[in-house]
Amino acid sequence: MEFKLTEEQRDIQDAVAEFCVGHFAPELARRCDREEEFPRDLHRRAAGLGLIGIHLPEEYGGQGLGCTENAIVAETMCRYDSTLGTALILSDLGCELIARLGTDEQKGSFLQGVASGESVSAVAFTEPARGSALSERLDTVAHRRGGGWLISGRKTLITNAPIAGLFVTLCQTDPDARPAYRGQSLFIVEDDASGVEVTELRDKMGIRASPLGELSMDEVPLPEGGILGDVNRGFYQTLDFFNQSRVEIAAQALGISQGALDRALSYAKEREVGGVRASDLQAVSHKLADMAIKVEAARLLTYKAAWLIDQGRADPRQSSMAKTLAGRTAVEVTDEAVQILGGYGYLGDYDVERMYRDAKITEIYEGTREIQKNTVARFLIRG
Amino acid sequence: MNFDLSEEQMDIRSAVREFCASELTKEATARYSPAEEHPWELSSRAAKLGFIGIHFPEEYGGQGYGYLENAIVAEEMTRANPELGITLTFSDFGTELILKYGTEEQKERYVPRIASGEGLSAAAFTEPSGGSDISKCLGTVALSDGDDFVVNGTKTFITNANISDFIIILSQTTPGAQPPYRGQSMIILENGTPGVEATKLKGKLGIKPSQTCEVAFSDARVPRANLLGELDRGFYHTLEFLNESRIEIAAQGVGIAQGALDRALDYAKERSLFGRPLAELQAVSHKLADMAIKVEAARLLTYKAAWLADEGRADPMVSSMAKTYAARAGVEVTDEASQIFGGYYFLEDYDIEMFYRHAKIIEIYEGTKEVQKNNIARCLLRR
Repeated sequence: MEFKLTEEQRDIQDAVAEFCVGHFAPELARRCDREEEFPRDLHRRAAGLGLIGIHLPEEYGGQGLGCTENAIVAETMCRYDSTLGTALILSDLGCELIARLGTDEQKGSFLQGVASGESVSAVAFTEPARGSALSERLDTVAHRRGGGWLISGRKTLITNAPIAGLFVTLCQTDPDARPAYRGQSLFIVEDDASGVEVTELRDKMGIRASPLGELSMDEVPLPEGGILGDVNRGFYQTLDFFNQSRVEIAAQALGISQGALDRALSYAKEREVGGVRASDLQAVSHKLADMAIKVEAARLLTYKAAWLIDQGRADPRQSSMAKTLAGRTAVEVTDEAVQILGGYGYLGDYDVERMYRDAKITEIYEGTREIQKNTVARFLIRG
Repeated sequence: MNFDLSEEQMDIRSAVREFCASELTKEATARYSPAEEHPWELSSRAAKLGFIGIHFPEEYGGQGYGYLENAIVAEEMTRANPELGITLTFSDFGTELILKYGTEEQKERYVPRIASGEGLSAAAFTEPSGGSDISKCLGTVALSDGDDFVVNGTKTFITNANISDFIIILSQTTPGAQPPYRGQSMIILENGTPGVEATKLKGKLGIKPSQTCEVAFSDARVPRANLLGELDRGFYHTLEFLNESRIEIAAQGVGIAQGALDRALDYAKERSLFGRPLAELQAVSHKLADMAIKVEAARLLTYKAAWLADEGRADPMVSSMAKTYAARAGVEVTDEASQIFGGYYFLEDYDIEMFYRHAKIIEIYEGTKEVQKNNIARCLLRR
């Protein structure tokens, strides 16, 4: 066993921290949160430094690093700012699928653009009628037409939809397949394809710098090469993808938690209550201790899940455990941070109220915590 | 990072498992628990297999392994049988103090008999007026008299004191010291020293075979050569010792939690309710998932604390985090396991009630969870 980062990993952590200190201005974060605005300049700058898609292959603009390094980037960015960090780390959503399953041509056309910050990607799994139960027959259908495909259907709650250049979309290719998930396939749909319409969904509670939308597709024609991976294997490929993407979300939640602890700690050290420092009150100091324990536990689970993936031993149970614990930790720790800051915690100027709002999504997207527990239980029971 | 045990560590784990399966049986519990008798046969057999003092240097009869291997032993023993497991892991309690601070002569005189299982050790910090605060002026006083110390006072809740080869006591050697903890020293009192009387405390909730005593000292005379470590540095030695000994306690918590999960899982797979296995009811399966997450997080924190200690960087904050989290996991997981067993948990035939009874002590001894949180908060605030 070894519980330390390599020198390279520490360097990455430092470089990301330096970037965040230099560019994550509180005013920018608050504005993006208020206006529901994606931080485009910041995103381009991060990409320019190689901080977007660090785990994508080097020949396509990434850094060729692993899931652990990607988790370190996500954790650090979200630690410094939950809203801006989240917007940046989600800008390459689904590119892992293209990197793993794509043809050279697909990789060439899509990954470079995302890693360089010229483009943003999205994944489209959820439909109005189903989010968690992807194994059912999907309403989004891809038919063969001539030498290509014709896609129709509606995907909703799609992160980045209003700004994305491409959507990795899960469709039903064989409507009669039994079970239904054996008839699903992934496609890369571009935003400017005919028949694509994107509607922005506004008024989210948190992560308001990450635009959200609905993608509707009306007979969108795709060439034969528009399919990603194998026909009728899309469901399995999506589950594989979740093993990895859930670790990034765990790292996001971990970063938010650590950031909330940092802020609560520095506030408690300075604030006086009844003539003593707030941090000297046992009720406060024990809260801080509890928060720190949770953060450390979440970190170890997250890194372990990431490490297993980098070892080529992706473990759905570990990924789900990491996401569940880290998501819960984010919600609980940001809650206690607001509590420690009291009335000030409720004000936008102190940022913890924003972290409190940003935390909750980590228990919902990429599989709710209930779905994660189904996964953990299934693997436990199977033995 | 590396989250795998080495092959050697896995071999140790299987060897301990094998020992536990054949020796730490229900029959053995029935033999030693009601009688509140130390299981000498078992402790000497465990010692012969190298499981007692596995982390002691080979020259003193140990196996030359580290805290991590010692944690693995404690985890496996308590996983199989909390009552006997805890009792066995305490066979060498406090001997680490001699290894850390003792003279060569002291090490040779005291350690080999503990490692071989011929003798047991004891360490006495707690006094009747309080255990958690040892920084105050202690009631147990050791005054210089010629070439001797003369010891007076009372210690309580002392494991093994009535049957051990020796008791290491923390005593006030300079009663006027300010702050008082700068006048405390550790002294070794051998079994049979006149003026030392150990009285067994009976009727505990659990760990009945483990002897718990009150020890009274009245003009007990010991040679100055029995001073352990530096004069008036006993408090500091104790804190350092606790940073490391807490790891074994955390491992007990992990073992108890894992053992309860194992049993609950088996039961839930076999027991039917409403025509299907209990484990397939979502309310039950999510409980199992929650339990598994807690066990995994507790284990990783414990292994990290052990790894740090083995690297020579024992970290008080991480040790306290591991102990606090693992102990809580023990209490919560055994509680939920009992819930899954329903009425059967109440019966001794199902040993789940034993797990439930034994979890609580982990949150109390070696520093209550409140003391651990004080520690963690202090470390956090110092950073």
